[in-house]
Amino acid sequence: MRAAIILFPGSNREGDVFRALASVTGRAPAIIWHGEHDLPVGTDLVVLPGGFSYGDYLRCGAIAARSPIMDAVRVHAARGGRVLGICNGFQIACEAGLLPGVLMRNKNLRFACHMQHLRVERADTAFTAHYRKFQVIKVAIAHGEGNYTADAETLARLEGEGRVAFRYCDDVGLVGGAANPNGSVHDIAGIYSERLNVLGLMPHPENLIDPLVGGTDGRALFESLLAA
Amino acid sequence: MKANIIVTLKHGLLDPQGKAIEGALKLLDVPGVESVRQGKIFEIELAEQDRAKAQDLLKTACEKLLANTIVENYRIELV
Repeated sequence: MRAAIILFPGSNREGDVFRALASVTGRAPAIIWHGEHDLPVGTDLVVLPGGFSYGDYLRCGAIAARSPIMDAVRVHAARGGRVLGICNGFQIACEAGLLPGVLMRNKNLRFACHMQHLRVERADTAFTAHYRKFQVIKVAIAHGEGNYTADAETLARLEGEGRVAFRYCDDVGLVGGAANPNGSVHDIAGIYSERLNVLGLMPHPENLIDPLVGGTDGRALFESLLAA
Repeated sequence: MKANIIVTLKHGLLDPQGKAIEGALKLLDVPGVESVRQGKIFEIELAEQDRAKAQDLLKTACEKLLANTIVENYRIELV
């Protein structure tokens, strides 16, 4: 699998996702500067990494979403190419129109930085085939603006089409309530595009690939992509 | 020509920053504050002298970048 990680000014998780991809796929991903106009030929997966692109100026992800490379990313996605937006990358994907809705300030105004349980909503996509449906996984979250919001019609479509990828839950898989760290509507932690080839999520699976750092629950996401 | 663009959160959406400011104003005993919602203002200087053209241009700027129309409204004021 050929992966390309887009580097924006203020990205800071590109190294983490680089390590995760290299470790799982055995192949070093390309790192592509946001000012480029083209992706490397044969790119299978584009990753929009976490961080604080442009210092979160204007709105999180808003300026990065208008970078020159994003036209190529849109073309890649329109062709059915896979895109993974993590944290700030999820915000960028929403601002770029690759995914519907928007990520607002956390309801309690706090930066949420802790280990978080998620429920895997479906295990039949290119991103989650190595999980089980409704598996409870533990990954890290670190964000101030992860409160997913969309209009009622969009939400109904997301739910009806099975496009919620992950929901916030507790350690036994009970969704929502105190387990929702940011006020996200329907406890949404991640969503798919209409054709399931774009995934955006706030949590950081790329940080949970090695037992040394507290768990490996993120690894299956990259293994799924490799096998897809 | 100068213009101000005011971007505000749509009504009905939770504005936690506005709520925090509202709480602070109440703590400071500013009387009669019923609610606060926070927005943004952009002061823009334009080469364009034609008001209609300036209006169109600024609308494009709002739609393309300055506002996320899923959750925000914008208002253009030419000064």
